[in-house]
Amino acid sequence: MIRLSGIERVFRVGDEAVHALRGATLDINDGEYLSLMGPSGSGKSTLLNLIGLLDRPSAGRYELDGRDVTDLDDDELSRVRREHIGFVFQFFHLVPRLTAGENIELPMVLAGIAPEERRQRLARLLAEYGLQERAKHRPDQLSGGQCQRVAIARAMSMGPGVILADEPTGNLDRHTGQDVMAVLERVHEAGGTLVVVTHDGEIGARARRRLRMIDGEIVSDERN
Amino acid sequence: MRSADTLEFAWRVVRGSPGRTLLILLAMSIGVAAVVAVSSIGEGARLYVVNQFGSLGTHLVIVLPGRSETAGAMPGVLIGKTPRDLTLDDALALKRSHAIRRLAPLIVGAGDVHVGARRRETPVLGSTAELMAIRSMAMAQGQFLPSGDPRHSQPVCVIGAKVADELFAGRRALGEWLRIGDRRFRVVGVLASQGQSLGFNTDEIVIVPLAAAQALFNTEALFRVLVEAKSREQIAIAKSDIEDILRERHDGKRDVTVITQDAVLATFDRILRALTLAVGGLAAISLAVAGILIMNVMLISVTQRRGEIGLLKALGATGGNIRAMFFAEAALLALGGAALGLAAGKLGQLVFGQLYPSIPFTPPWWAVIAAPLTAVLTAVLFSVAPARRAARLDPVRALSKR
Repeated sequence: MIRLSGIERVFRVGDEAVHALRGATLDINDGEYLSLMGPSGSGKSTLLNLIGLLDRPSAGRYELDGRDVTDLDDDELSRVRREHIGFVFQFFHLVPRLTAGENIELPMVLAGIAPEERRQRLARLLAEYGLQERAKHRPDQLSGGQCQRVAIARAMSMGPGVILADEPTGNLDRHTGQDVMAVLERVHEAGGTLVVVTHDGEIGARARRRLRMIDGEIVSDERN
Repeated sequence: MRSADTLEFAWRVVRGSPGRTLLILLAMSIGVAAVVAVSSIGEGARLYVVNQFGSLGTHLVIVLPGRSETAGAMPGVLIGKTPRDLTLDDALALKRSHAIRRLAPLIVGAGDVHVGARRRETPVLGSTAELMAIRSMAMAQGQFLPSGDPRHSQPVCVIGAKVADELFAGRRALGEWLRIGDRRFRVVGVLASQGQSLGFNTDEIVIVPLAAAQALFNTEALFRVLVEAKSREQIAIAKSDIEDILRERHDGKRDVTVITQDAVLATFDRILRALTLAVGGLAAISLAVAGILIMNVMLISVTQRRGEIGLLKALGATGGNIRAMFFAEAALLALGGAALGLAAGKLGQLVFGQLYPSIPFTPPWWAVIAAPLTAVLTAVLFSVAPARRAARLDPVRALSKR
């Protein structure tokens, strides 16, 4: 359960204060599939980063699973992020010198999970995302679609409740993009919360709940 | 994050950019090699000097005329003022001390030595039979000076190997006669080649009985008295005995200097150790330079790897994790550089050893430990700033492609 109330985010650019978010209030229930749309600069990525605890609000309150996470320090934020949140990015952000398997393992390595346990979980993830053949390949030997599958498997490796995807198809062709969305939606079907930021209407329309943002405000919240 | 995983991660980074890694390894290894090589040269010089002093003989106490407060200079170099001569009777009186095993009075001069038309200027030592034991000399042929009353002498001499070679040109020198000034001496022995000791090359000296030298140089004054104590523990007793006896004989004046080998050795040891430390410290500056290089390369690396660092944070890495990764990377580079440097230093030491076989080049133990340790410490120290910068990176900005 994600509960945002009165979230403000102000950036300082020179002398000017830019309001990226103006009092955003939003509840996301566990297992929801939600898309965030809007023109660029509307604050949708900023909101996603705040939900993902990569950024802190200038004002407002954020509760994650009933716990107030607004004022946690950096290291505590890292730990919460590690346990509860998985990120998928537009540019995949795989570590180029590591193999696909090692990239998927990375969050588990950072969390200090024992090698044996890691090996078992990795084998499961590789099978689940159809990457067994690619485990030993480096990112530069993989297609865009495969890279994003690796990134999704990595996001899932710690078994988080929430997956946040920032333009996950923005760097892929239409067909591959739909493929990747299908993979992401499997996460939702398995009971996870999925939030997708996109400016592609077709991708956004796949979500059960659709938010629109303009100038840092949530202007519409549709469900079907 | 587990330490093994942190190391593994750092190892992948180090392997991932070989050019950068080689550069740092080179800088680090030059620093370590310089420390090891320079300090092993210093240590070699120290051991050389210590060994040279060791060849003076065991439990040696040297008495020289004149009062000098400096105990640290080499006895061959020290010229004390001589208010009163040190005489043979003084020397013989020292035999009263129970701490003294044997002693040899010594007169030194330069003599014009000739055999037929061949002539040569050499140092001429006047002494007694006991000199041989005190200085642990060895004979190549014949006998050393005969023992007997040192006030009377026979016209015999012992010559160095080189002197024998030059004056007798391959002929057998033993039993032949030579002239020093206008006096004739029969060669009763040839010294075995021994090298430098007490400021003389024993290959190039002629040794005659003390009384003959007194007559030859027309002097009663002794240059030195070499005294051998009965044991190492008795050196101090011998020293105070000598001072007491000579003060009594010289109307209560302390006008001799008594040098124990230990004191001289200790002084030299201290001086050379300090010197080795000093040059080692100079070489360590190159380690600091290598540390600064590591810092620069790391700072560049933080900038280049912004995206990766942002990603690691997004995946749940704490600031501590990130810092540990950078420290591990720096430590790995420093350790690799140190290992290379130690090898290179060892190689340099072997090369020097080949060039100057008589000097025992060995790096002192502290250099072998301190150099790699300093390398790792400077590397980690200098990566504090880059690591902190990396750990503080704002993940949102680091991840954005702008």
